[in-house]
Amino acid sequence: MTFMIKVNGNMHNVEVEGDTPLLWVLRDVLGMTGTKFGCGMALCGACTVHVDGAATRSCVTPVDSIGNSEITTIEAIGATALGARVQKAWLDREVVQCGYCQSGQIMSAMAFLAGNPRPTDADIDDAMSGNICRCGTYLRIREAIKQAAESI
Amino acid sequence: MALNHATSRPADPEQAGSVYQLSRRRFLQVAAAAGGGLMLSLRLPCADNAAEAADSSEFVPNAFIRIGGDGRIILTMPYVEMGQGTYTAIPMLIAEELEVGLHQITLEHAPPDERLYANPLLGVQATGNSNAIRAAWQPLRQAGATARLMLVEAAARRWGVDLASCQAQAGEVHHSPTGRRNTYGELAADAARMPVPENVVLKRPGEFRLIGTPAKRLDTPAKVNGTAVYGIDARPPGVRIATLAQSPVFGGRLKSVDDTAAMAVAGVRQIVRLDDAVAVVADHMGAAKKGLAALSIEWDDGPHAALDTDAIMAELERATLRSGAVAQDTGDVTQAMASAASRIEASYQLPFLAHATMEPMNCTVDVRPDGCEIWVGTQALARVQAAAASTAGLPLDKVVVHNHLIGGGFGRRLEADGVARAVQIARQVAGPVKVVWTREEDIQHDMYRPAWFDRISAGLDGKGRPVAWNNRFAGSSVIARWLPPAFNNGLDPDTTEGAIDLAYDLPNVHVEYVRVEPPGIPTAFWRSVGPSHNVFVTESFMDELAAAAGQDPVAYRLALLDRAPRAKAVLALAADKADWGQPLPDRTGRGVSLQSVFATYLAQVAEVEVSKDGEVRVRRVVCAVDCGIVVNPDTVRAQIQSAVIFGITAALHGAITLKDGRVEQANFDTYEMLRMNEAPMIDVHIIQSAEPPGGMGEAGTSAIVPAVTNAIHAATGKRLRRLPVDPAVLKQPA
Ligand code: FES
Ligand code: FES
Repeated sequence: MTFMIKVNGNMHNVEVEGDTPLLWVLRDVLGMTGTKFGCGMALCGACTVHVDGAATRSCVTPVDSIGNSEITTIEAIGATALGARVQKAWLDREVVQCGYCQSGQIMSAMAFLAGNPRPTDADIDDAMSGNICRCGTYLRIREAIKQAAESI
Repeated sequence: MALNHATSRPADPEQAGSVYQLSRRRFLQVAAAAGGGLMLSLRLPCADNAAEAADSSEFVPNAFIRIGGDGRIILTMPYVEMGQGTYTAIPMLIAEELEVGLHQITLEHAPPDERLYANPLLGVQATGNSNAIRAAWQPLRQAGATARLMLVEAAARRWGVDLASCQAQAGEVHHSPTGRRNTYGELAADAARMPVPENVVLKRPGEFRLIGTPAKRLDTPAKVNGTAVYGIDARPPGVRIATLAQSPVFGGRLKSVDDTAAMAVAGVRQIVRLDDAVAVVADHMGAAKKGLAALSIEWDDGPHAALDTDAIMAELERATLRSGAVAQDTGDVTQAMASAASRIEASYQLPFLAHATMEPMNCTVDVRPDGCEIWVGTQALARVQAAAASTAGLPLDKVVVHNHLIGGGFGRRLEADGVARAVQIARQVAGPVKVVWTREEDIQHDMYRPAWFDRISAGLDGKGRPVAWNNRFAGSSVIARWLPPAFNNGLDPDTTEGAIDLAYDLPNVHVEYVRVEPPGIPTAFWRSVGPSHNVFVTESFMDELAAAAGQDPVAYRLALLDRAPRAKAVLALAADKADWGQPLPDRTGRGVSLQSVFATYLAQVAEVEVSKDGEVRVRRVVCAVDCGIVVNPDTVRAQIQSAVIFGITAALHGAITLKDGRVEQANFDTYEMLRMNEAPMIDVHIIQSAEPPGGMGEAGTSAIVPAVTNAIHAATGKRLRRLPVDPAVLKQPA
C-alpha cells in the first residue's frame, strides 16, 4: 500500500504494508537513521519521535495510524528554539556517552518540556523513566533537562 | 577537532622518504608523509596480555600521526569510541606535548589493513579491559614531543637561529627575538628531514596545560542531532534488511522450516537457511520481523535440550570441592587457620549476565566473488576481519571492514560471532544485506558474563584481625577461549583480578581457581570482567569479617591498610564524604567497598533503603577514586556514574537463566535495566595523583555491587551471598 506521511515538514510517499511500524519506515525506507531501534516493544524509548508534538514510540506505531499527523524526528529538532536549547543543554552538561539512546532521550525530554516548562526532579523522573540508557547517563540527563527548562 | 570515520588507509610509511628508528624499543618511526608532511608511525600496545608482551622485534605500527603541509594534524588510532571518552582523551596526550590545541587534531579510525596487520595477533587491535589510556599514556606523549622537537629544529635551521631561542606554541614555532613565526604546516616537510631525537623529555604533571582539564567531549555534537552513524545505520546502496532466529538451545540445529506464509509477507525477498539458524531477508526490518514470525521452524535441540542454570550452579559448587590452580599462596594458610581464634566461612554465587548494549547486534555484509565488505561497530577490528575472511573463505586482504561508532560495547563487541553469522547469511544473498538482531535474539544469543561459585573462609585472631584467607572459586575463563596464549597453568590475569593481591594486609592468603566451562552457554568479557565477580566476593566477605569481629566495616578495613596508602586514602575520603557513622532511618543503611583493580583505587559508599516488600532503592552513592593522573576529569566522573548505574543494574536486576536449554529472559521486561526513577545521586571525589593513569571504563562497576549488598545488610541484617538481590528475602515479616 502507499501511504503519504509528513516527516519534518516534508511529504513522503511510502510503499509498505499498513501495519509496518513507523520506525522502519523512517530508518529503512526513508533512510533517516537518527531514530534508533532498541527493543521493538515500547520498553526502551530509543525510537521516540514526535507525532503532532507528542512523544511516541515509533517501534509500535503502525504507519497506517499516522494519517495527516506531523512527524518530527531528531534530525529536525535543532531548527526549533526548544530543540536547540535542549541540544545545547545536552552538550553543556556532557550528557552523552555511547550516544545510542540519546535521540530518544532528547525527543522525550523535548515533548515533556513543551508541556511542563518548570519541572521538578520527580516530574523529570516520571517523564523520562520510559527511556533506558545502558550507559547510565541519567543524572546528567536530569541536569540537562533542568538547564533547558531554566533557559525557556 | 573533527571526527572522521574514514576507512581509507593512512599514507604508507614505506612509500615515503627515509625511515628513522627512534629507539631500541622500536615503538616509533618518523618519515616524510606523502604530499610533503611529517608522518610518525607508532606501535601502541592494545591489550595487556602475554601475547603482546612476547611480541617480536618486527615493527608493525598501528597508530599514525600526520602533520600535513596544510597544517592539519591527523591521528589514526586503533582504539574505538564506545562512549568512554577515548576519542577525546587520546588526542589530549598528543596535543599536550605537540603544543597544539585539541581542536587542531582530526581523528580517524584505523582501518584493518593487511599490510599493517599482516599477522593480526588475536586481541591486538581491540579496545577493552580499560586499557586505552593506560596503554597510550607514554607512547603518545613521546610521539607528540618528538614531532615538536623536530618542528622546532626545522624552524631553527631555516632561520639560522639557536634552537633554544625558538618556542613551540599553538601549532606554530616562534622566534621571539626576531618575531619570526612558522606554522607546523609550513615546517612539516623540513621537519621530516631532521634527525630524530634519541631522547625526549616529557612534561612533569605540574606543567600540563591540557591533561587534567575538563575538555569537552569531541564526539558529542553528532550524537544529539541524529547524524552520528553507528554500525546499525550503515546503508550501502541496494542494502536489504535481514533478521534471524538462531537455535534457541545453544548447539541445536535447524531441522525444518516452512516458509510459505513468510514468503507471502509483502517486502520479504528470501529465506536463508543455515545449519543452526534461519534468516528472513526483506526490504525493511518491519517486513523481515513479520516474515520471521510467520515461519514455522522445527529445531533439533541437540545435547543441551535439558540444561538449566541450577544444574550449572550445582556443578560449579561441586567444582569448588576439588583443588584448582593456585593463583596466590602467601604465608601458611593451613597453619594460620589452625591457630586462629575463630573461623568464618561462606559461599557466594553470581549469575550469568547479558550485555544488552543499547544498539542490538548487527552487521552489514556484501559478499562478492572477489571479496567481501563489512560495515559494523566493533571493539576488535582485526578479529572481526579474520572471522569474516575465514567464514567467507577469502584471504584476509579481500575483506574490507568499515568500523563505526558503537552503541555500547561492554565487551560484547570484542566478539566476532555476529560478524561471522552475518557473513554466513550474506553468502547466500546477492548484494549487501544488513543483519539486525531483534532485542530478543540479542539477549538470548549473547555471550554471557560467566556465572561463579565461591567458597571462602578466614581465620581471625583474638582481636578480630584476619590472619588467614582462603578462597576457591569456579567458573569459566573467557581469556582461555579469547586469547589462549594468556591462559597459563590453569590461570589467566582477568579471572583472578580482584581476588588476589588485595590491598589489605593479609599475612596468609591462599587463592585457587577451578576452571569449569559450562555446557551449552557461551561466555565472554563483560564490563569489568573478573573484578565484577571477585570484588563482590572479597568485599562482601570483608564485611562479614568486620561483623564477626564486632567492628565498624570502615574502621576494620582501614586498620588493614597501613601498607596501602592509596587504598587507605580513597576509603577514608569516601567514608568522610558519605557521612559514614551518621544515624539513618529504619531499614536504611550504608555499605562500603574498596577495590584496587585496573591500576585504579576506588572506594564506594552506597546508601540504600529497603521497603517493607523488600524492594531496594539505592539513594546515594559516594565514590572516591585515585586513578593516577587524570587526563580528563569530567570523563572520569562520567565513567564512574555510568559504571555505578551499570553495577546497580546487575546487583538488583541482572540474571540470565536457562530452562530446557533456553535463555528465559528476552527483552527489557524480563532483563531489566535501571531507569532514571531508580538512579541514585552519585558523588565522585577524585584524588590528585602523580601516578600513571589507571583504567576507568570498568572500575566502578565492580565496587558498587558489594557496597549495595553491604548496605542492605546494614539496613536489614540480611547478608546476601547470591546475586541478584532477591526482594523476597528482604520482606519485612508481618
Ligand atoms: S525501540 Fe521503541 S521503545 Fe524500544
Ligand atoms: S548513552 Fe549509551 S545508551 Fe545512553
